[in-house]
Formats: sequence, structure tokens, C-alpha cells
Amino acid sequence: MSTLGFVMMCHTALDRAAEVARHWAERDCPVVVHLDKRVETAKSDWLRRELGDLDNVRFCKRHRCEWGTWSLVRASQTASEMMLESFPGVRHVYLASGSCLPLRPVDELRAYLAARPMTDFIESVTIRDVDWTVDGLNTERFQLRFPFSWKRHRFLFDRYVELQRAIGFRRKVPEGVLPHLGSQWWCLSRQTLSAILHDPMRKEFDRYFKRVWIPDESYYQTLVRNYSRKIESRSLTLSKFDFQGKPHVFYDDHLHLLRRSDCFVARKIWPKADRLYRTFLSDQDANTRLAEPTPGKIDRVFAKALERRTRGRPGLYMQSRFPNNDWENGKTAAQYSVFQGFNDLFLDFEPWLSRRLGTPVHGKLFDRKRVRFAGDADTYAGCLSAAPLLRDYNPERFLTNLIWNTRGERQVFMFGPQDNQRPGAFMASDSNAQISVITGAWAVRLFTANRNFGDIRTEAARLQRHEVDFVNTLRDVRSRAEIRIWSLAEFLEEPMENLQRILDAIEGAQASRLTEAPKMANLGGLPTFLQNLKNQGMNPFAVGDFPQEGVAPLPTAAASRPYLVR
Amino acid sequence: MKAVRRYGLRLERKRFLVRAWRKFRTLEEIVNRTDAIRDGDVLCFCTLRNEKIRLKYFLEYYRDRGVRHFLFVDNDSGDGTREHLTEQPDCSVWWTEDSYKRSRFGMDWMNRLLWLYGSRHWCLTVDPDEFLVYPFSDTRPLPALTDWLDASSIKSFGAMLLDMYPKGPITAQPYREGQNPFDIACWFDSGNYSVTRNWDYGNLWIQGGPRARAFFPDTPERAPALNKTPLVNWRKNYAYASSTHMLLPRGLNHVYDEWGGEKASGVLLHAKFLDTFTAKAAEELKRREHYAASAEYKAYAEILRENPDFWTKWSEKYINWRQLEILGLMSKGNWA
Repeated sequence: MSTLGFVMMCHTALDRAAEVARHWAERDCPVVVHLDKRVETAKSDWLRRELGDLDNVRFCKRHRCEWGTWSLVRASQTASEMMLESFPGVRHVYLASGSCLPLRPVDELRAYLAARPMTDFIESVTIRDVDWTVDGLNTERFQLRFPFSWKRHRFLFDRYVELQRAIGFRRKVPEGVLPHLGSQWWCLSRQTLSAILHDPMRKEFDRYFKRVWIPDESYYQTLVRNYSRKIESRSLTLSKFDFQGKPHVFYDDHLHLLRRSDCFVARKIWPKADRLYRTFLSDQDANTRLAEPTPGKIDRVFAKALERRTRGRPGLYMQSRFPNNDWENGKTAAQYSVFQGFNDLFLDFEPWLSRRLGTPVHGKLFDRKRVRFAGDADTYAGCLSAAPLLRDYNPERFLTNLIWNTRGERQVFMFGPQDNQRPGAFMASDSNAQISVITGAWAVRLFTANRNFGDIRTEAARLQRHEVDFVNTLRDVRSRAEIRIWSLAEFLEEPMENLQRILDAIEGAQASRLTEAPKMANLGGLPTFLQNLKNQGMNPFAVGDFPQEGVAPLPTAAASRPYLVR
Repeated sequence: MKAVRRYGLRLERKRFLVRAWRKFRTLEEIVNRTDAIRDGDVLCFCTLRNEKIRLKYFLEYYRDRGVRHFLFVDNDSGDGTREHLTEQPDCSVWWTEDSYKRSRFGMDWMNRLLWLYGSRHWCLTVDPDEFLVYPFSDTRPLPALTDWLDASSIKSFGAMLLDMYPKGPITAQPYREGQNPFDIACWFDSGNYSVTRNWDYGNLWIQGGPRARAFFPDTPERAPALNKTPLVNWRKNYAYASSTHMLLPRGLNHVYDEWGGEKASGVLLHAKFLDTFTAKAAEELKRREHYAASAEYKAYAEILRENPDFWTKWSEKYINWRQLEILGLMSKGNWA
């Protein structure tokens, strides 16, 4: 006895629809086919001939169907009425489309339903609690009127919605209608379905839903609440939607995913997915197991796709992801550290830091003469070139590329007022950047340089101007980097503690305290040098308040005072 | 964008279309099998010259992926290219001796063929050394992609040009006819591309890769553009503006997302750096039929004398599209 009937809504890929209809009909499930009226006569005749030998396949009156309109509900009503009348043995009616594919043997579905004879499987979610849609028309679908086609007359559709909003138009929702939404693919018991179709109020309900937006997602989903004794609010059809509200399509390479999902029917299948159709329409080993559908795995795949499309991978700039300013979800792919002035003050800062962090440490990446990659390499991760002009052609992209190419390995590099200053603003605005600056440290290098004092004076002025600009950028309210700024004099008050603080903030760096100190440049005579600069009319204020009599001696490794670990 | 500028672009597009019609008149139809084109077929458009050695693999590659018809313009080949193509049942061939340069590097011919035969089809416009890789290209044919693009109301599909090169001097491993060129040139640069925006046409401007690194380290602005939009659901009012880098109307160039997300995109694997390249570069330099007074080829010729090796220890070896996706060179977007 046939207890399960399928209502099929077809409009394209009729050859596949015919295959599926035949599959069900031959396994003793009556099928009522609704064929979109827009399908050409030749094609519909072909379908009738193709299925003509099956006496439990019927064709119902055809309606002209358009997405998002009442016509789809009308079609399913007509087909369901025919199903209930023509096949009195049918206990459950399953609404499917021409691009559905059964994933499990019909017997398993029949057994599953027989074990739950009075249950209605229809996703039905109240709109008060859950945002269902992606297009923003949530409660408004039930309160406004939608006489214009969204697909063909988008402009009129939008304007009319705006107009109704502007004048505060609200439709009256009929008595007994509590709006619910859900997937349009359902499986209802004869009792519930006939109650909906034979309701004395049906005319009024129909009139109301005719002007609701996408009624096929709300008509049955709402009315079923009035009659059903037991609602399982989920669809037996596996059907996923993307962010545009368009169904995801399954291809041959989804075979294993579909198999493991234990869902009964999947939608939508690409018509040319030969392997899927061949596999699932062959007689599978029907082992009347009553496994519950578990679409979780497929959900995850599609949730990932959605995330990729809407949020993307942070820090990636490429041909199909080029975010506007502040829409990057992270300007770079990972955290990185920038040190300014440290390699002037300490003689062996880079090798020391590299040993301390256990990662390669770059020199000045934005050096005018050459990109100073770790190990002074000609190329680096991702084949980044050390050619300075190539880098300066687009320094921000150079930096984002480097961080992207070395995901999983923290990048640390030196920066200085001698370098190309353009990426400074970008780094300041990047929350992944950790920027530590000792202002005025350039004086240490100049102080030891073998150059004419006149040149040194000019150079000092230039560097100081660059540095002040950079520091101002860093102190701007819009900067989002983790920033530490000392003047040289401030830093020297407790150099090791300051260094330790930076390292503590680097995630993943060993928590141990500093045992080996980097070697500091000899600062004897620096105060005199600074005074000379001042005497020449160039005030090196970035250096800070440098004591005239000289600096306190730097603690050596052996004598380093105990550092308090929090 | 100002109305004046918009109107300027419209005129420019019209001019391209008229120009295409004018330049096409010198083309001789060798064999026209376009009657065989059916609704929904994916078509391939290509201009070529002396590329016979590549054709076997090229045709095989795209037939496997579901291209149903090829339309070629043969620019005065003397190596049997034309004869070979004429024998193929799914190829239509036009022939010309006209200047490649004065037909805007073949784009006038392509625009005309697209206008004549491409309308309402998904059209792939590629060079014979460009091989399209798109998400799931190992398991899904091109029509799966184009059906999905149609369903998503997407009109054009971007695919960046990715220069592939061998390890060692490029003449070390000679290419045999029918061979997969990426058996030899299987290495690429994964992350040294500069991306900027071209506000006039709305496209992205991508430069970089081994060519920028080896040939243009001091003049990066002259490095060749790598952004391409080779796959378009063609309409009669469309025109390629500059190679397949830019299209008009401008909306077709918008193959990237601006709000943080990723649109689906592919990669054109570029099999330029094979042993055939040295001969080609020498010939092209003599013909002077290439872009910007063949500046690109001048730069090549100098360095090619030293038989360069593009390979570095950071080069990536090509495996499949998933690798390219992980590296961030292409994206599946929300196609799953």
C-alpha cells in the first residue's frame, strides 16, 4: 500500500525530474507533477510521454510560476489536492522539486514516517525570535503589499516598499494567522494537509497570503500551527541557502558528504551531476535503518563558504578581495613587532632578539638601499624581492604580503627615520602591529659616524623631522597599534625592564626573564655631542632630557638585578 | 563618477566596437563551423601566431573542461597552426596578415568575433599559453561554474595571470608537443603581488611575480599587468578595452569584493617560460608588434641572453587549485 506520495514542482532539467519521478513511482510512491506553465509544449509533451507508462504518476493543472510569488503556493495547493483525492492510501505528502534527489532508499523514508504517523515535518519558525531572511524584509513581508515582481521589476518593488514604509502602511493580519517562516520543502500528514486545504477560512487566508512576500516560505509554515498535532520543525529535505538566499547546488564531488548526511532528500542537484544521479537512483542496499538525518557536516561546509564570501580571510589582498579602508576585518594576517631606535642603541640587537624569540628577525625592511630581510636574503617568503624600488612601488602591499606569506611565524623588523616612511601610517592603524619606539636613538648612530659635523647636523634635523611625524601618527586618535614610545633618555633609565615589557607583550615569547642583555653602544661623550648639536642651533629634543654628566652604567648580564615576574 | 566621464567611457566602448568591425574586414574566413554552437555552450576565443606545438595540449585541456567550440584568429602563422586547427571538428578559424599591434594586440579581432558569435554565451578569451584554473576545476567542468555564476547573477569571472617557470635555466627542458607544460614549468611566486585600484575602469591593477622580480626590479611600474577577466557572459554591447585586463562597461571589471569578503575567482596558469620563449622573444623583438614598443620584450631579450633561472628557494611547486586557494591567489567565494 502506498503511504507516501510526492508532489513535484518542475520547471527546468525535465530529464532529471523524470528520472527522479520514475524512481519514486516504480517504488510504489504516487507522484503528482506540477509543471510550470512557462515550460514549452514540446518539453511538457516529452515529459508526459516519458512518464506515460507509470499509472501512479499524475500531472496537475499548470500554473505560471514565478519566484517569490503566490503562484508557487497555488501550484502546490493544486497538486496536493490532486494527490489527496487520487491516492486515498497516502498518509504523508512530500513536497519536492524537480531538482531534488533522494539520498536514501524510499523504504527507509517510508519506515521512518510510518514510525511517526501523525508527525508533520515542516520548518516553522516564528519571526519574532529569529531573523530568518537575508534581505531585511522580515516582519515586513507580512505587513506590506508586494504587487511587483522582485526579479523583473526590482525598481518598482523597492520604490513601492519605500513608499509604504514612508506612509506607515500596515496590512491587517487576519484572525488566526500567527506568522511563521521556514523552508518551503515540507512533508505533511494527510490530516494536517487536508485541514489546511479544506479550511472554511481558506479563501480569506489565501487572499491575505497572495500579497505576502515569498508566501511559499510562510503559507504552510504559518497555517500548520493551527492544525498539526505534532510538528517537527525541520525539513526532511536537505537544502542550504547562501547569503543571497539562493540555494546551494550539489555536484559530483559532494557524493560522500551527501551519503554521510543521512538525509532523505537533497536539493538542489546540478542537472549534469551524472555521478550523483547514477549513484542515488540505483537500488541501494535498503537496510531499513532508522538513522536520523545529520546535516551538520554539510552545514559546516556551507557555513564556511558563507564566511569566506562575507568576511574573507583577514590580511589578504588579492584579485577578488580588495577591501575598502577599514573594511579589512584585520589589516594584516597576523601580529608583528616593529622596533624603532633599538638597533641604534644596541649593537647586536637583531641577533640578540632573534635568539631570545627563537624566530628570524629582519633588519630594516624599509631601508632605502635594500630590503634587509633576515639573513640578508635576496628573496623571502612568497618570493618577495629585496629590490627597494619594487618594494617602494607599493610598500603597504609589500608589508601585508610579507605578513600573509609567513602566517604562523611572527614577523619582527626594525624601522627607522632613515627609511621609507610611507608604511608608517598603515602600521599605526593596524591592530596587529606592536610598535616600540625610542625617539632620538638615531643620535647614537650619528654620534659615532665618521662625517663632517655640518652634514651630521643636517642629517639629524632631517631624521628628527621624520621621527616626529611618525610619532604624531602613532599618537593620533585613529591609531590602533599597540604602541610604546620612550625618548632615549627615558628608555635608558631602566632599559632592561622596558625591553622585558615589550617581550612580555609578544604572544608566545618564552615567559622567562631576560638573562642575557644586548650589548649597548658606548654612550660616553654623547651628552657633549648633543650639546654641540644644540650649540649649532639644532635642538635634538627627541632624545629627551639627557643628563649632562653622562649615563648611569648599563647593568651587565651577571649583575643584572632581579626582574620581578608578575 | 562624473556624468561626463561616464559618457566618455560609453563613447570609448562604441569606438572599440566600430574599430572591431573595421579591423575585422581584412580577416579571411578559413573555416566557419559556428553553426554547431548550441545554446548554453561555453566558447573559447583565441588569437595566435606560430603556436602549433602548444595547440594539442591547449585543445585537450579546454575540451576536457567542457569548452564546446573554439574560435581562432591566426595571425599569419607559418608553422602549420592554421592547417592543424582547420582539421579540428570544434574549431572555427579566421586568418590575417594584418598587424597585431594595429589591431590593438588582437583585441579588435576578438571583440568582433565575440560580437558575432559570443552573445549570450559564456566566453573564455585566452592566449594559447594560458590555462584556466577555477575552484573545483579538478572535479567540476566549466559549465558547472558558469551555471553557478548565472544563478548568482554574476556576469564576469576574474582570473589572475600566474607566471609559471621551471627550475633551472628555461632552455634546459625542451617542451614536446602534447606535453603538459606544467610538467616542466611547475613553479610560481606565491606572494609578491602588488594590487592597486584603477578608479577609471573600476578594475584592480595587479603586478608582480617572477617577471617583475627578474625583469623590472628598477622600473616596477612597467611590469606587465596580471589582472584578467577572461570569462564573461557576453552581450553585444560589451568590449575588451585593453587585452583581457579591462572590459567595458565598467561593471564587468568589478570581480572583487570591497567589503572584506571574497568573491570567487580563478587563476590563469601562464606557460610562457618554456624553452620556446627565447625564440619567441627574439622574433617578437624583431617584429615590434607588442605593447609599449615591445618594451617588455626588450627587457626580456637582455636578460634572456643569460638564460635566466627564475627559481628561488621560496618558489612554490604547483599541485592543484586548492593549493592556490590556500595561498590566497584565488578564492572559492561562496561556491561550495
